[in-house]
Amino acid sequence: MGRKLLTEHVNVEGIETFAVYRKHGGYRAVEKALKMTPEEVVEEVKKSGLRGRGGAGFPTGLKWSFLAKPEGVPRYLVCNADESEPGTFKDRYLMSKLPHLLIEGMIAGSYALGARTSYIYIRGELLYVLRILEKAIAEAYAAGFLGENIQGSGYSLDLHVHPGGGAYICGEETALLESLEGKRGNPRNKPPFPAVQGLYARPTVVNNVESIAAVVPILNMGGDEYAKIGVGKSTGTKLFSACGHLNKPGIYELELGVPVEEFIYSDEYCGGIWKGRELKAVVAGGSSVPILPKELILKTAAGENRLMTYESLSDGGFVTGTMLGSGGFIAMDETTCIVKNTWNFSRFYHHESCGQCSPCREGTGWLEKVLHRLEHGHGSMHDIDLVVSVAKQIEGNTICPLGEAAAWPVAAAVRHFRDEFEWHVTHPKEATQPGAVYRGNLVMA
Amino acid sequence: MAKITFDGIEVEVPDGTTILNAARKIGGSVVPPAMCYYTPLKGSGGKCRACLVRVAAGSAKDPRPMPKLVASCITTVQDGMVVENTTSQQVMDVRKGIVEMLLINHPLDCPVCDQAGECDLQNFAYEHGVSTTRYEEERRTFEKIDIGPYVQLHMTRCILCYRCVYTADQLTDGRVHGVLGRGDASEIGTYIENTISNDFSGNVIDVCPVGALTDKTFRFKQRVWFTKPVNAHRDCGHEKCTGHVTLWYKGKDVLRVTARKDEYGEVKEWICNECRFEKKETSDWTIEGPAHIDRSSVISANHYELPVINPQVIADLPESTVRELERNPPLKLGGPSGNSF
Ligand SMILES: Cc1cc2nc3c(=O)[nH]c(=O)nc-3n(C[C@H](O)[C@H](O)[C@H](O)COP(=O)(O)O)c2cc1C
Ligand code: SF4
Ligand code: SF4
Ligand code: SF4
Ligand code: FES
Repeated sequence: MGRKLLTEHVNVEGIETFAVYRKHGGYRAVEKALKMTPEEVVEEVKKSGLRGRGGAGFPTGLKWSFLAKPEGVPRYLVCNADESEPGTFKDRYLMSKLPHLLIEGMIAGSYALGARTSYIYIRGELLYVLRILEKAIAEAYAAGFLGENIQGSGYSLDLHVHPGGGAYICGEETALLESLEGKRGNPRNKPPFPAVQGLYARPTVVNNVESIAAVVPILNMGGDEYAKIGVGKSTGTKLFSACGHLNKPGIYELELGVPVEEFIYSDEYCGGIWKGRELKAVVAGGSSVPILPKELILKTAAGENRLMTYESLSDGGFVTGTMLGSGGFIAMDETTCIVKNTWNFSRFYHHESCGQCSPCREGTGWLEKVLHRLEHGHGSMHDIDLVVSVAKQIEGNTICPLGEAAAWPVAAAVRHFRDEFEWHVTHPKEATQPGAVYRGNLVMA
Repeated sequence: MAKITFDGIEVEVPDGTTILNAARKIGGSVVPPAMCYYTPLKGSGGKCRACLVRVAAGSAKDPRPMPKLVASCITTVQDGMVVENTTSQQVMDVRKGIVEMLLINHPLDCPVCDQAGECDLQNFAYEHGVSTTRYEEERRTFEKIDIGPYVQLHMTRCILCYRCVYTADQLTDGRVHGVLGRGDASEIGTYIENTISNDFSGNVIDVCPVGALTDKTFRFKQRVWFTKPVNAHRDCGHEKCTGHVTLWYKGKDVLRVTARKDEYGEVKEWICNECRFEKKETSDWTIEGPAHIDRSSVISANHYELPVINPQVIADLPESTVRELERNPPLKLGGPSGNSF
């Protein structure tokens, strides 16, 4: 059983209240931070090796050290709580169960960055979580951990929660900043990066909920200790939201480095595939990352056990690997139709493209339409190559990574499950039976 | 100042210049197409991706290539930067892809479109597109909308360049945005109607690269290449209007009035609605003479002119580059239409 640094007390009765949270060691990290210099706090986070938990995995300490600090200009820390990636639901859990953990992380982080005003931008649909956070923030103000002169340290901070604009794209950090400024959530062209010109054109750090929460255990135990957990450059613990055809879907906090096979099959974690069925494929890091068939998710192309780490999951690049992404772990059993699933994902990206840049605006719709055709038995062999080609035309040529997020799953599905696409073309009658799925030469209805 | 090499041609420009404007200083066929960037409009650019180029070396200090193609309209030059446009097969291929994307939902009703002959999309497709389509699906359509008495919005032809949005935003007060919906269901918001009645609303017609915003007083009157552009001015009382315009004649009649555009289709001086829509008699104007015609215009010649390198810059170029240029003019354009340029 691995250590739990974030969710250790998650089942304690009343942990969402300030009093109980405090009794279980809450706000010690803030007290500790306020006795350090801001630079020392940044240094601890650097030493911890913490990598961003929002999807890209960029080292958090490094990001913090890049923040521009012009004299007399305010800076901001913005928490990205827009969590909308299909398959990912860890931040919601963390915030609703442990609101004070995020608030504590926000205070320590804001202090480290020299921010006097900070924001939590939360997905608009999570209104009940927003209420939980607001209540917790009010408690923190009352206890003197927010507002003027926190705990007599001379440091002051205001923390606001802002409901999101109701679009997946508002989770992209620059779209988020636009939306927070009260504008339409269109991603910005970069450069300039938020570290130089972010919120209100001021230097800004945007971090995922879990990245900010992880600062609390890092400060409590020290960056060096934290870095000892995990494997290689994947340090610490990470939340995975496991869903799909598993016996025990849910949120799991893992020390990075657990073998994928153990995560899926051991009773400590997901407890295997439901209904005694076979695993067919996994999308390991939220809907944007490449899908892998069973053989490649359990073992790398070189035959090594795949681990739940940034490096191991991306071993083999996009040819035989995938990405850890946001930790949305979607398992699919043998009854899953990959073509239908790919179409379903692409429907999502078509719906969520902001429409600013031509390759993504037009390409996501095109992909969806052709995949719809293939799934419904009206496609041709040529269409299979067409979707790959359209995906390639989007990839790398857009303003923000949503274009790639739409393109990668399609390219990967065809790469690993081409025969299944072809079967939809050659056997349209069978393929369109309700519940039909391709299994080599067998057809299951 | 920063010295960059663009398609093998050296050019020196002030720091902070964009790659696109550096290329425009060279001129001719090396200039990347720009469907959304518009110099006078703050914040424009970066959206259509037509102007993507390859940065083969970032700067003299850091000569690594940039990992992705960059939008030349918003990327600033660095001293020692090496940029490939028409000399990169990757750029040409990607550009072909962009044309395709812009066309899949486009009606291509050029025969009945007032923009035909002066349409950036037509030119772009002509220069970089392919002659067949891989798109079999139904195309997106919208109803035509009259926005005010003078302008019609034909959203089906819109390429969402946002130029009209910036124009309305920057020329008129109290307006923030004009795009509703998202993805390929985005449309120019009809609440533009609220502001389109102001004195400068007609300028959205001039900035629109396609036939999505057209002049209702000119609709279906004439194909533009049968009209003759003449520069003229009048003493316009409006404080923001210079009264410098182009009149488009058919015989003795002024069929329409537009702002003057430079060779990249950009308006330098905005004009008011009175000059544009109400003054259609020769006696309203002081005539200056025939207007300069766009480099790739079909208006007078009925064919695409051969692009030229800006001679002014040639004089400043190193001897070696000039020799190289003479030997190997940078007119290579990929695609089946490349030779007809
Ligand atoms: C389309 C899109 C949606 C995104 N949604 C989220 C999100 O909901 N939550 C999040 O933390 N990051 C999201 N990201 C990643 C953010 O842009 C950003 O990288 C992240 O918030 C940085 O935080 P980190 O360094 O702590 O991971 C999204 C990115 C894209 C392109
Ligand atoms: S890639 Fe898609 S979501 Fe991102 S800016 Fe372009 S159109 Fe918008
Ligand atoms: S906008 Fe241009 S390409 Fe489209 S129909 Fe009109 S002339 Fe043709
Ligand atoms: S209406 Fe014209 S100017 Fe406005 S966004 Fe569409 S294409 Fe651009
Ligand atoms: S002109 Fe550069 S992206 Fe449109």
